Amino acid sequence: MKPLSPTELAIRYGFLVLMAGLIIVFSVLKPAFLSPQSGVFILQSVAITGILALGVTATLVVDGFDLSIGAVATSAMMLSAYVMVIWEMGALSAVLLCLAMGAVVGLVNGLLIVKMRVPDLLATLGMMFLLVGLQRIPTQGNSISTGMVLADGRTAEGSFAPEFLMLGRHRIDFILPDLVPLSVVVLVVIAVLTWVFLELTRHGRVMYAIGSNAQAAALAGINVARYRVLAYVISGVMASIGGILLSARLGRGDVASGNNLLLDSVAAALIGFAVLGAAKPNAFGTAIGALFVGILLQGLTMLNAPYYTQDFIKGAVLVVALVFTFALSGRAGRSRT
Amino acid sequence: MTPQAITIRGLTKAFGRNAVLRGVDLDLPAGQVTVLMGANGAGKSTLVKVLCGVHAADAGEVRLDGAPFAPAGPAAALRSGVVTVHQNINDGVVPDLDVASNLLLDSLADGAGLFLNRRQMREDARRIAAAVGLEIDVTRPVAGLPLADRQLVAIARAMARRPRLLILDEPTSSLSLAEAQRLFALVDRLRAVGVAILYISHRMSDIRRLADRIVSMRDGQVSGLFEGQSLDYSGAVRAMLGHEITEVDISIPPRGPAMLQATGLRLKPEARAFDLTLHRNEVVAITGLVGSGKSALAAALFGLEPPVAGTLQLDGQPYRPANPGQAVASGVFLAAKDRLINAVIPGFDIQQNLTLPFTARHAGPLSLIRRAAERAAAERAIAAMGVVCQGPRDGILTLSGGNQQKVVVGRWMAEASRLLILDEPFQGVDIQARRDIGRRIRDSAETRATLVLCAEIDEALEVADRILVMSEHTVVGDHRNENIDLALLMAQVSGAAEQTKEPA
Repeated sequence: MKPLSPTELAIRYGFLVLMAGLIIVFSVLKPAFLSPQSGVFILQSVAITGILALGVTATLVVDGFDLSIGAVATSAMMLSAYVMVIWEMGALSAVLLCLAMGAVVGLVNGLLIVKMRVPDLLATLGMMFLLVGLQRIPTQGNSISTGMVLADGRTAEGSFAPEFLMLGRHRIDFILPDLVPLSVVVLVVIAVLTWVFLELTRHGRVMYAIGSNAQAAALAGINVARYRVLAYVISGVMASIGGILLSARLGRGDVASGNNLLLDSVAAALIGFAVLGAAKPNAFGTAIGALFVGILLQGLTMLNAPYYTQDFIKGAVLVVALVFTFALSGRAGRSRT
Repeated sequence: MTPQAITIRGLTKAFGRNAVLRGVDLDLPAGQVTVLMGANGAGKSTLVKVLCGVHAADAGEVRLDGAPFAPAGPAAALRSGVVTVHQNINDGVVPDLDVASNLLLDSLADGAGLFLNRRQMREDARRIAAAVGLEIDVTRPVAGLPLADRQLVAIARAMARRPRLLILDEPTSSLSLAEAQRLFALVDRLRAVGVAILYISHRMSDIRRLADRIVSMRDGQVSGLFEGQSLDYSGAVRAMLGHEITEVDISIPPRGPAMLQATGLRLKPEARAFDLTLHRNEVVAITGLVGSGKSALAAALFGLEPPVAGTLQLDGQPYRPANPGQAVASGVFLAAKDRLINAVIPGFDIQQNLTLPFTARHAGPLSLIRRAAERAAAERAIAAMGVVCQGPRDGILTLSGGNQQKVVVGRWMAEASRLLILDEPFQGVDIQARRDIGRRIRDSAETRATLVLCAEIDEALEVADRILVMSEHTVVGDHRNENIDLALLMAQVSGAAEQTKEPA
């Protein structure tokens, strides 16, 4: 191994050094930042966006993009609430219906892009608008909660199943009692599975090949269309898992929540390009990217920074990360067509 | 003695270490059509780009009507009277604008005044269109025109400049016969008014119809000039493709049973159907000019584009692949040409590029890739192909072109196949890499049928047991690679063997 030049070192480890520096600064200013509770809070705050970001990573790997993930997540939230509160069905039905909905939306996205040749950004943008409207039609735009009055004058009698709420609220004893929320466990499991899928299986390998040169992949006998559709199905299912966790945390189908999901998760996935100088979408980087955003926001919150500075900081971090990826590493950005 | 519109002396141009033009001397007389022939990479397009101001020459001199000509850019070349109509017609027109705006585009681009005078524009446009015999409603958007009309619009626009030199780069490649006739009539008129025309084409029928002189290019130099009453077309092709007696001794092994049988294969609706049999333990090369149908044949065999008619049998079984995946599953592999577009995965290292089509062979439970097996396969392929590299985990783009080519060819030799098709496997590689790849193709050929597509006859002579010639999307020649009649082969490549069919 030849030694790395300073530029290569900066590209490879710059972002991790930046993150370590951030943790040190916050810890010095607020010693409580280093407590286990604070760490868990950070993980919990990024659990949902992290899962969505891992889904969007799958589409980025095949040189696609999924803008509908935020809308899929809020649709899953509304759907789970509708299933339990209005149809009075159980937790398992709610979860399965949400996952199926995510898969179907991903399938439609994929077919629009592969078969109808709609550009990925436009297809998923259209799907986003469609879902944002669709999820509010059954309740005339109202949030869903137990006891709400329905259009026909009846009162909704159903309620969120306790097992379902556990997904968002239960905490597992780990070192300290009641420390780790179940949603964080879900995040970690999904992150590891995504990493294994993309890095260690042949399907992940083939998806990267498609993202790097789709024409060459097709001439190697790979069914490019099928893998493209698969990527959007993965993205849709991941987004619906995020929506389930959101619903379980809130305990209601809240039409006002979930607005930031899309931008936060896309930011995490794009920041992930810069981690370890990967210069390509990757699961590990995405997870670190999500963590980075979480650390930043938790630190700023503890320092009592006003809320509106947070979006500004997030945007600045994203710009810096993209400069790391595209300018410093000297590789041309992957061309989009 | 016709005056020379353009004289070129000692023109050189290199990109990095790659010398593309190596001293070109060329005269283009006014009022004559000079056809320029050359294989891919001979330097044709670079020469055109120097003349039309896209590239500046490194050394040498170009004179236009006796005055030094070194345009600073395409616009300067246009102003000096050098007009180019590119192969890709849409480079020459703006599809969303109407015909009138397109015809006047150059004056719109550098004209004065803020507002457009619509009526004036239409009148000017009609005058320009009439000058080249283009009868068309100038208010129609160009996007709605057939290809041939778009091309005439591009030429008409160019002619409004009263050019001294008109360069036509493969202008008929997407035209029908009738449309091409219109173009030829226009070229005749321009020739009559004293425009020098440089016509780049591989279509022998075009060349016979138009050429006053033929210039062949090879390896960045003019390798042949043919003029006079009866042009030596075979000689021009030979000068373009070149042939030095190569020092590779082919000993033709006994061929095995038939592996692939094609019956009544028709690659284009208007092409003649042909039969083809490829045998086990036999390397067959197909040679022919660009557009002669070599790649169309490969596309049919690999399931990219079904043939218009005909049946295929592979190892005695009916074979009809619907996509490359099915072809690979049946044991028919294609190493595609133009590696950077069709083969190299730039984001992958050497190992991942080598194993790409066969990841399933190296995957265990849950499709997890077995790293040791993959690495061993990659190292075997690297050793077999003689890829010069530090190790299998180097990025593919760190390799030289020849070694990249070894990787993307070696990819398909790592597993056993029934029919291996190699489309231009020696493209853009040096002589050493070419020998390495050729030897590897021959050494491993015993268990399969091998089909090598190459435009350069030398390459075919170096690698094949049998050489087929394609022209006009059909097979026109079949030679055992032993005391080959090169004159006949060249004549078949240039289509001269069928000259009776086409009145000049």
